[in-house]
Amino acid sequence: MSRSDALDFGLAAPQTVLPARDRLRRDLRIIADMIEPSARVLDIGCGDGALLAYLASEKGVDARGVELSQSGVNACVTQGLSVIQGDADSDLDAYPTDAFDVVVLSQTLQATRQPRRVLETLMRIGQRAIVSFPNFGFWRVRVALALRGRMPVTPLLDHHWYDSPNIHLCTIRDFVALCDEIGLRIEKSVTLDRYGRPFSLDPRGSLANFLAEQGVFVLTHGAA
Amino acid sequence: MSSATSPRILQRPDADWPGYRLLVREPLRLDCGVDFGPFTIAYQTYGRLNAERTNAILICHALTGDQYVADPHPITSHPGWWSTMVGPGLVLDTDRYFLICANVLGGCMGTTGPKDLDPATGQPWALSFPLITVRDMVRAQKRLVDHLGIESLFCVIGGSMGGMQVLEWAASYPENVFAAVPVASAARHSAQNIAFHEVGRQAIMADPDWCDGQYLEAGRRPARGLAVARMAAHITYLSEAALHRKFGRNLQDRNTVTWGFDADFQVESYLRHQGSTFVDRFDANSYLYITRAMDYFDLAAEHGGSVAAAFTGTGSRFCIISFTSDWLFPTSESRELVHALNAVAANVSFVEIATDKGHDAFLLHEPELFETLSGFLNGCAEHRGLHRG
Repeated sequence: MSRSDALDFGLAAPQTVLPARDRLRRDLRIIADMIEPSARVLDIGCGDGALLAYLASEKGVDARGVELSQSGVNACVTQGLSVIQGDADSDLDAYPTDAFDVVVLSQTLQATRQPRRVLETLMRIGQRAIVSFPNFGFWRVRVALALRGRMPVTPLLDHHWYDSPNIHLCTIRDFVALCDEIGLRIEKSVTLDRYGRPFSLDPRGSLANFLAEQGVFVLTHGAA
Repeated sequence: MSSATSPRILQRPDADWPGYRLLVREPLRLDCGVDFGPFTIAYQTYGRLNAERTNAILICHALTGDQYVADPHPITSHPGWWSTMVGPGLVLDTDRYFLICANVLGGCMGTTGPKDLDPATGQPWALSFPLITVRDMVRAQKRLVDHLGIESLFCVIGGSMGGMQVLEWAASYPENVFAAVPVASAARHSAQNIAFHEVGRQAIMADPDWCDGQYLEAGRRPARGLAVARMAAHITYLSEAALHRKFGRNLQDRNTVTWGFDADFQVESYLRHQGSTFVDRFDANSYLYITRAMDYFDLAAEHGGSVAAAFTGTGSRFCIISFTSDWLFPTSESRELVHALNAVAANVSFVEIATDKGHDAFLLHEPELFETLSGFLNGCAEHRGLHRG
């Protein structure tokens, strides 16, 4: 047995059931903590519905979702969540203005065809938006490109260039610049290192842009 | 089509068919302006209504369906059309829910329709039967639901024309519908669908045995016309892929073509069989009236040109389901419905199920359909505080 096998075995062994919050992916935990109880929430790109299920059961949230993949939608509806099959580019326009207290777009912005338009739509249909995305300015990404001369493949960007759904990658500074351009206020931002641990650095600074593997932003209307 | 040319004329056999009958005495104001009644609603129920009367599910049948959802059909003896869905422990669990299905107004399985006698003349209604709409069918069902003492239906569910009734229920009686599940349906009947229906109606009316609709008095039956209508319609219920998988270009009980117009191909033989068995269980004038009701269905037109307006302020929970290979009620129509419901911030789920079985998929064993429905219903039951019986 190799060392890594032994480690994996060790990690799989504990039988204790984790509290609901701890079973969430790290970035989803951070997002969940940003959402008020009983809020009206739309999660775009909700995957298998882990965040929605948590919000509905633990926070009494009115939870709705949009998911592109058939398997994701089926997993959601099968567990009783209100989720529609659709995508961020073409299936948000029908929602009325301010239909939701919070609109969540986690790890999905980079896969949309028109990220700027999607962001604007989020802010139209929601009072606040919580957006998380992989930081293309992360040092490991830069190293892969600068030293190896290859498109980076990381745990968050786990596709090859030719089969990646991620067609609009950006750095944290790119994202902040876009928010400024379309007049969105960054109410809060959290940057996460490669272990998913949050750390607090100014998202406009170059250090955050270098050290963060991903960023989570809470956006509201109105310029900073 | 030998069996299609020797029609069996049934003299009011429906009195002996199993199930319940409700005589609605107070006339119903129909969309066409006629006050219609008294009339009869034939219906079946399964399971038990709970003490709080909160576990009732209304099942709405499609064009050629009927109330025998999970019983053998009284004429064909075939299992009920949704017997894979309805029963103890099944998706529509008879241990948990009280299920109701009524034959639609204008139908021919016991609810008053054109083959029944017009009390004013003592003759079958035939074409003097008033034109009905999907909304009229739903108004009639509402009388039944009221009669059963059910204020709020836990769910209204149906496929195809059944889905149209579901939408009409949700639009007309939002406070009486906790959950709505239109499957393989649409907010309006498309031009293409109207066109196919017109082919069917013309086939019936071109049959000399139709006798301008008075075939019952004449002791005849437009079996050939009705069979052709069914054959044309049946093609629209299947996908090209399903037809190819099932039949391809295979020949029927022969090694070579016969250089004639026999049913050389299996697909022809299959369609002829579909046509000839249909005429034994369906009334031609009912077929005219019900297809017309579908053609007239346009939820937007009923609500100032906007489907969304039909659902303003709705508190019902919706689950919209479509099938990838359904070209009669394609996914695009379900998606339009979803967008209309989004526009009024309704609680809606939408699942498109991958299958090559076409429109008919809603009647077939489709595991993903079953899983989606159980998940949705369980979620709704939790929200309504319904516990397992």
